[in-house]
Amino acid sequence: MDIPRERLLWIYERMALIRAFEDRVAQLFAAGKLPGFVHLYAGEEAIAVGVCAHLTDRDFITSTHRGHGHCIAKGVDVKAMMAELYGKATGVCKGKGGSMHIADVDKGMLGANGIVGGGPPIACGAGLTAKTLGTDHVAVCFFGDGAAEQGTTHEAMNLAAIWKLPVVFVCENNLYAESTPWTYHCAAPDIASRAAAYDMPGVLVDGTDVFAVYEAAGEAIARARRSEGPTLLECRAFRYYGHFQGDAATYRTAEEEASYRQRDPIQRFRQTVLSQGLLSEDELDAIDASVKRAIDEAVEFAETSPYPPPEECLTDVYVSYPAEQLAFRH
Amino acid sequence: MVVATRVLSYRQAINEALRLEMRRDPTVILMGEDVAGGATVEHIEQEGAWGGPLGVTKSLVSEFGRQRVLDTPISEAGFIGAAVGAAVTGLRPVAELMFVDFFGVCMDQIFNQGAKLRYMFGGKAKVPMVIRTMIGAGFGAAGQHSGCHYSVFAHMPGLKAVAPATPYDAKGLLIAAIRDDDPVMFFEHKMLYDVTGEVPEGDYIVPLGKADIKRQGSDVTIVAISRMVHVALQAAERLAVEGIDAEVVDLRTLSPLDEDTVLSSLAKTRRMVVVDEDNPRCSVAADIAALAVDKGFDYLDAPVKLVTAPHTPVPFSPPLEQFYIPSPERVIAAVREIV
Ligand SMILES: Cc1ncc(C[n+]2csc(CCOP(=O)(O)OP(=O)(O)O)c2C)c(N)n1
Ligand SMILES: [Mg+2]
Repeated sequence: MDIPRERLLWIYERMALIRAFEDRVAQLFAAGKLPGFVHLYAGEEAIAVGVCAHLTDRDFITSTHRGHGHCIAKGVDVKAMMAELYGKATGVCKGKGGSMHIADVDKGMLGANGIVGGGPPIACGAGLTAKTLGTDHVAVCFFGDGAAEQGTTHEAMNLAAIWKLPVVFVCENNLYAESTPWTYHCAAPDIASRAAAYDMPGVLVDGTDVFAVYEAAGEAIARARRSEGPTLLECRAFRYYGHFQGDAATYRTAEEEASYRQRDPIQRFRQTVLSQGLLSEDELDAIDASVKRAIDEAVEFAETSPYPPPEECLTDVYVSYPAEQLAFRH
Repeated sequence: MVVATRVLSYRQAINEALRLEMRRDPTVILMGEDVAGGATVEHIEQEGAWGGPLGVTKSLVSEFGRQRVLDTPISEAGFIGAAVGAAVTGLRPVAELMFVDFFGVCMDQIFNQGAKLRYMFGGKAKVPMVIRTMIGAGFGAAGQHSGCHYSVFAHMPGLKAVAPATPYDAKGLLIAAIRDDDPVMFFEHKMLYDVTGEVPEGDYIVPLGKADIKRQGSDVTIVAISRMVHVALQAAERLAVEGIDAEVVDLRTLSPLDEDTVLSSLAKTRRMVVVDEDNPRCSVAADIAALAVDKGFDYLDAPVKLVTAPHTPVPFSPPLEQFYIPSPERVIAAVREIV
């Protein structure tokens, strides 16, 4: 496969940045620095990055509760992301959304989502805008294996198909929805084959192989840009951490978890580019170092940023509305 | 008869209510996402994994098996609708809607199906089901996992709505809800799961539609719901230091409403503050105020004051979330205005 050097470097940098971000968030959460709960994407980096490598800021994505990786792959600033996770005023959503609602519309990132199955219809809407305005922008909908059982996901796939919307549905099958194995919650032998019900292509992809994801997503996105309609990709990968931080993951064995690392997407990428002489060890190591610096800076930025003033609670509910009716009387 | 009591958490009290009712009545089943957890995972098939995200239904699967403790796909419209269908045809399902904020996904099955069937069928059908669901801010769970929203359900004919504040009430109300022949929304505040209190062994009922006076007082009635009962009690203790004697009425059931208890407390104190963590418009708090003005007008010596959340979603950042949740300070300020 012909991937330009610049893009290979970008792919590695984004995957490494996601991993470093998530590993650091795990530590910060354990240290009690982050409110609420966080769902980490480590292990699934190749999916977000392999797909978003084909997108610009003008293309849209919808995400899930496990959204940090999608944000980073779409180019959202990691400083503003980290500040958001701390609930600081400098956060990308001013501290109002937190991990589960992290978003940056300017980057075409239409939000992590606290509602499983919340994203697919929104992606159809973004696709409809592109189609109506006659642009060649696309919308990519990331959703989990668990979200594949939500009615909205099916309604959205059908809608995208009948209207030939430029939408790509990317199912991230990480084998579990919370503690429930996908083989229990899904009646079909795979999720990709459900595409047949909506008369769209369905492709099963190794989601730990960024080259495989890149290739499959490239075809699907090109097809969408040519106004030929939606595609469903099912990318299989592993989530390294529990469902959320604090989940003891008793439904998996230690052996099972250890086996995931043997197909680590970042290590696989390194091996491929090094063995084929596409990138050098020095280049990759330099990226690792710069990624570490970026994360250190993001944490520093978040920690030294102020919290929003309490009254900030009352802004951004509407574009216009009588202020006195937003506040409580006592 | 002396009934032994011991200290249980709100979480344990709910677990015990489910266990006792499942023992007593084989038609009671549980369903929801990860209510057992680890379905089909060999090493955990017996004991389950999660027992719900906060462990409320933990270990019920060990006693009752996977036939009666059903893990569901993430298909709320599907399984909550199935609970309606099962209820109409002979089971007593207890379905878990993990967070109340997810009601949007399955509201048709609750509102147009479960709530209305009996009426539309001319009284021939019964829908004896319970939907257990988590409410409330304070967890840093942000806009889609922190609402109360019980006012939405209290508004709907055909549904009953229950929101316990203590372990004792949680157990007795849940048993009553399961035995009730109508669909009952059962709201569990996520910040109350670790609150402990005396709970009798064995089964007992706290009747639906009965409020409870959690503190006797003579100067002002503070009506509160769920976690706000504790906020009201804290405020009352502090007001007592100033010489203001507040009565705290825990509504416990939002629909039907115990008008008698609210009005007789008002008749005694002649002043009322309502504390509600839900959004203020068209809310249970507004409904209580309307009751006071309508049927209690002659008792009132001062305006009714509402201490509620603002008309906003729940923000993530801790200082914003604290601002959102009604505090004892705000309750005290409201009381001072009218006493
Ligand atoms: C409508 C709705 N139902 C349930 C939940 C609770 N919940 C959050 S994540 C999750 C599992 C999602 O599984 P999957 O789609 O496979 O994504 P993964 O967590 O594996 O990335 C559940 C049940 C929710 N947030 N929204
Ligand atoms: Mg999953």
